[in-house]
Amino acid sequence: MAEAPILEIRNLSIDFRTRQGIARAVNQLSFSVNHREIIGLVGESGSGKTISMLASVGLISDPNVVVSGSIRYKGNELIGLSNRALQKIRGPEIAMIFQDPMTAMTPVYTIGWQITEQIRAHEKVSARAAKARAVELLGTMGVPSPREQFNRYPHQLSGGLRQRAMIAMALSCSPSLLIADEPTTALDVTVQAQILTLLRDLRDNFGSTIILITHDMGVVAGIADTVMVMYAGRLAERGPTQEIFAHPAHPYTQGLLSSIPPMEGKRLRRLTSIPGTPPNPAAMPEGCAFAPRCPYRFAPCGKVPPLFALPAQDSACFLAAGKAA
Amino acid sequence: MSTPLLEAVAVSKHFSVGGGLFSRRRVLQAVNNVSLRVMRGETLGLVGESGCGKSTLGRCLVRLQTVSDGNIIFDNVDITKLSLGALRKLRPRMQMVFQDPYASLNPRRRIGDLIAEPLRVHPLADGSMRDPRLVNAQLEILITMVGLKPEHLARYPHEFSGGQRQRIGIARALALDPDLVVADEPVSALDVSVQAQVINLMMDLQERLGLTYVFIAHDLAVVRQIATRTAVMYLGEIVEVGPTEEVFRAPAHPYTAALLAAVPKISTAPARAVVAGEVPSPLDPPSGCRFHPRCPRAQARCREKAPQLYPFAAPRQVACYVPL
Repeated sequence: MAEAPILEIRNLSIDFRTRQGIARAVNQLSFSVNHREIIGLVGESGSGKTISMLASVGLISDPNVVVSGSIRYKGNELIGLSNRALQKIRGPEIAMIFQDPMTAMTPVYTIGWQITEQIRAHEKVSARAAKARAVELLGTMGVPSPREQFNRYPHQLSGGLRQRAMIAMALSCSPSLLIADEPTTALDVTVQAQILTLLRDLRDNFGSTIILITHDMGVVAGIADTVMVMYAGRLAERGPTQEIFAHPAHPYTQGLLSSIPPMEGKRLRRLTSIPGTPPNPAAMPEGCAFAPRCPYRFAPCGKVPPLFALPAQDSACFLAAGKAA
Repeated sequence: MSTPLLEAVAVSKHFSVGGGLFSRRRVLQAVNNVSLRVMRGETLGLVGESGCGKSTLGRCLVRLQTVSDGNIIFDNVDITKLSLGALRKLRPRMQMVFQDPYASLNPRRRIGDLIAEPLRVHPLADGSMRDPRLVNAQLEILITMVGLKPEHLARYPHEFSGGQRQRIGIARALALDPDLVVADEPVSALDVSVQAQVINLMMDLQERLGLTYVFIAHDLAVVRQIATRTAVMYLGEIVEVGPTEEVFRAPAHPYTAALLAAVPKISTAPARAVVAGEVPSPLDPPSGCRFHPRCPRAQARCREKAPQLYPFAAPRQVACYVPL
């Protein structure tokens, strides 16, 4: 534990100015990421998982979005940094991969061109050396015959190969932190398993730190060390993956896990579902945002629950208050 | 349960693609020689990866697309040969629910109008749906049946969440009291917590109304939950079909096994990548068994001649020379 965390987020809030008023997409989010850790950031659409990570790499430029709080990367504050300074961090320090490689790559250049461009933007290397590195990276990412694929355009590749090419591009400047936003959601399940194995190898062999954003609890179960569950812009629960899946403390995590149809054992007559829908960020309920859908709702839920520290995990629920250490 | 409501006999659907200025026309075999039966009151799950032809097959089953070859028999009537007029008389009995609840509802029309449209297009024989009061009473029954409220009928689609829109899509499909509902990825655009609600709703409605479902999905866990029998498709062909519990417990086709092993499970070890590579293009399918280039059990004959579906531990059928 002596090593300082690679990324430290404190009281991060993100507000959208909309016609209906201020919508708070992320609310007082705090967490830290250790070196070589794989964090699974889980939540349903609109829970604030993607936007908080976009803020971390300074990719929010909309003047109607207000980011406040603190994001420290290796001890340096990122919020308020100039675009120029951020450019030095994006790529060699923090890289991001996106759900849809087709929209993240430009269709008018070959994938090889796009990877070498990134290398040469950050390092003083010759075109020949950059190309050699790009071909090698494509090979490491499991792209068959990388020398030929280097000269192909994104639309000529299959979804899985495109995703591998994008991971190669993200890793081209050997970033310390990789943020993967739903990297497998657009892929078929047999290809998804291949990409997840690739991400696990990156950590094991290259010591990468990875934040994996997903809505699929199954995806994080096999790969993450730590799981963080977000609901309506706040952290609902976080803890070691094993613990969260075996003993979820927050009623939302419990509901999320029991909503998934089981792949083993007896089929259920009915699935347990969470009644209702997630709240609209422009009209958040008072107190705990999950209370209107929660089966255990009781008097204290009128106030916003803090994150209570349980022996194995943290849970933002008053039910945990009694058991908190 | 014992009589088929719907039967596909050697159905193929080919598309002709390309043929632009610089490319010659090529034939894409989306569905290739597929035969299957859907029993009255059951749910047939149709699973496979993207591009395997499951949606095309689903659309052919209700003749939203004409087949290139083969026959589709709905309640003893061959719908592939029917005139459009005769088909129109059958239409109320087979309905479809679509994947994208945002794209399948006209944003400029109220929910009530959207659900009432099938009633207007297909007036019931007794003429009862000409009376607006009766139509309204019917709409109220339909909207409450899918778990929404009568006051929602006056609202527009944008006022609803994805899960609620899918409920509206289901209400519209049920407006004409169909026998068969083909649901194409009805829950894959929904968040997990909402997905469970819609699956429960579909199962309840089936029990109440005696519906027959063809449920198309890529999510195996969802199919395991809802389907009585499951058919697994790969590159336009059915590789295995049988009772859901048996197919999931002891898959016979290597592709089914690979698919099941690749699903991330929350209880046990990480998902395993059992097969390498990706699904080949249906424009240029491999020779013999279409799965052989990725199959860990492939033998010489798999490359030469495509295996046909045959009974394997009946009532299961599998198309593989070396089943597990």
